[in-house]
Amino acid sequence: MLESTGIPTQQDIDGVFPSEERMAKGPVVIVECYQNIPCNPCYTACNTGAIKEFVDINDLPNVDHSLCNGCSLCVSNCPGLAIMVIDITFSEEEALIKLPYEFLPLPTVNQVVKGLDRGGQPVCDARVVKVINSKALDKTPIVSIAVEKQYAKAVRNIRMGE
Amino acid sequence: MKPVEILVVGGGPAGLCAAIQAAEMGSKVLVVDRNRALGGQLIKQTHMFFGSEKQYASTRGFDIAQILLDKIDQMENIEVMTNTTVLGLFEDGVATLEKDGKYIKVKPKAIVVGTGASEKTLAFPNNDLPGIYGAGAVQTLMNEYGIKPGNKVLMIGAGNIGLIVSYQLMQAGVQVEAIVEASPTIGGYLVHASKIRRMGVPIYTKYSIKEAIGTEAVEKAVIWQLDDKWQGISGTEKELEVDIICISVGLSPLSELLWQAGCEMKYLPELSGYVPARDENLQTSVKGIFVAGDVSGVEEASSAMVEGYLAGMSAAAYLGYSLYNTKELREDLLQQLNSLRHGPVGERINKGIASILIQSEAAASTEA
Amino acid sequence: MRIEEHPILNFKRGKKIRFFFNDQEVEGFEGETIAAALHAAGVKSLSHSIENHRPRGLFCAIGNCSSCLMEVNEEPNVRICVEELKDGMKVKTQKGKGDIL
Repeated sequence: MLESTGIPTQQDIDGVFPSEERMAKGPVVIVECYQNIPCNPCYTACNTGAIKEFVDINDLPNVDHSLCNGCSLCVSNCPGLAIMVIDITFSEEEALIKLPYEFLPLPTVNQVVKGLDRGGQPVCDARVVKVINSKALDKTPIVSIAVEKQYAKAVRNIRMGE
Repeated sequence: MKPVEILVVGGGPAGLCAAIQAAEMGSKVLVVDRNRALGGQLIKQTHMFFGSEKQYASTRGFDIAQILLDKIDQMENIEVMTNTTVLGLFEDGVATLEKDGKYIKVKPKAIVVGTGASEKTLAFPNNDLPGIYGAGAVQTLMNEYGIKPGNKVLMIGAGNIGLIVSYQLMQAGVQVEAIVEASPTIGGYLVHASKIRRMGVPIYTKYSIKEAIGTEAVEKAVIWQLDDKWQGISGTEKELEVDIICISVGLSPLSELLWQAGCEMKYLPELSGYVPARDENLQTSVKGIFVAGDVSGVEEASSAMVEGYLAGMSAAAYLGYSLYNTKELREDLLQQLNSLRHGPVGERINKGIASILIQSEAAASTEA
Repeated sequence: MRIEEHPILNFKRGKKIRFFFNDQEVEGFEGETIAAALHAAGVKSLSHSIENHRPRGLFCAIGNCSSCLMEVNEEPNVRICVEELKDGMKVKTQKGKGDIL
């Protein structure tokens, strides 16, 4: 399916999400890399040892979610922009999602934007909590958004306006 | 006649790396490029590269070009001629160059050809209308000159270039109406496809363009579904209001100079066209002529760079230059190529190369 | 149709210069190609096919395809996609194959 649509199936997505137990412990990385391609910067960027060294550079990333602290260093280093960080413990009702976003204009803090799913369809409102665009991110800004917890697994992008 | 040790034809990723490696080994190098600046297509690549640290993974293409150009600048034994076209490579070893309407003859002791590839086109009614571009042309306009090619685009082809250029069009503020792909599956990296899908852009697989509509320029495009024999199905047409149609159906190696030089050539679909026979060190069937990058088979820029280092090393070694660790460096480069081509995408490439590989003397003697 | 703001790139444009497209004055920037300047000015139709006189535009933009041949300062068959724009240049739509000088 993914090969013909470009959209991962629910099964694909479930396969890369950490356990609910791990999610409940705070921010954690979600690496949506489903294809064997020669690429390993996520491992190079990882300081906590959560993303393991590649035996073959074409392997899928091997992630030990228990070692991840959600630092997001890998998010802007992934050439495929395939990585995000989710903190399901952000607040009583909301989850925090940190996404790479390479478009202008950048959203501003407290702006309400649309949360889009993996097919680009709006699924909910999202409140912008933080926008980082430091030099170290090398023009892949990271936008943190808060969404209702039930949408944490569905939202993968944002759209402004409307 | 200008005395030259190693002539590098083409200053893209392959040629630049070849020049750097050959110069590091002590040889004198002349890099010739027909464009006004070196860097080839790298300078238009705004996305981060794949691969590993050794191929500058996670660095954007134009930044990689700058890293390589800075190295070239620092090396005294590299001479650069831009705005200069290599017109011919002759049997007696003479190469003719053209700069500002004047001919220059050089007689290099070794040549590395890194001329790259050109974009293929596609046959459909009205495919010659203004507003129909190769995907690379759109990249040139947007990323080199900062000019929007139009407002709404149909992209034909979901290989890496089609997907990457679609994303870049959106970054430049152009609306991508759809991407059509004749195959049942997306050819490019799926992470690129997913980036585009979550922006809300449809990718239609088993679809192609039926015709372009317009008089002075493109006004509309008609797409339709393809059956299992790749034929359009009547009744499935969709009309799209677009002012740009972008063609991204593959590249073919720019190998004219190799033909002229008498290199043994073979048509290999795996490598996207006529490519030269070469040994493991990237020497062609003509002694002293080496190849690197897309001209030897269309692949990613990461492998073009590694091939460049290898071809530059081989050319310098052919002239008797060496470093204390040439052997280790060579092993490392071969290892890098091997790992870049180890995945499913690399299988085709390996198959192609295997069918045209010349057994090198060194390899032959070990076997004997 | 110039991009003023881009998430990844900064465009450093050269000095503003003037040139002529079919005797009409057009603005461009030093350092860009004739094709880039014409495109920015909205000119997409650059040449015509020889037999059927169909309009032709830019296709490859890197000097491979010859779809953009124009007459520049009275010299025919110039690949304007790779020819650098100069102040005062006279760029014209070419008739047929162009006259040999």
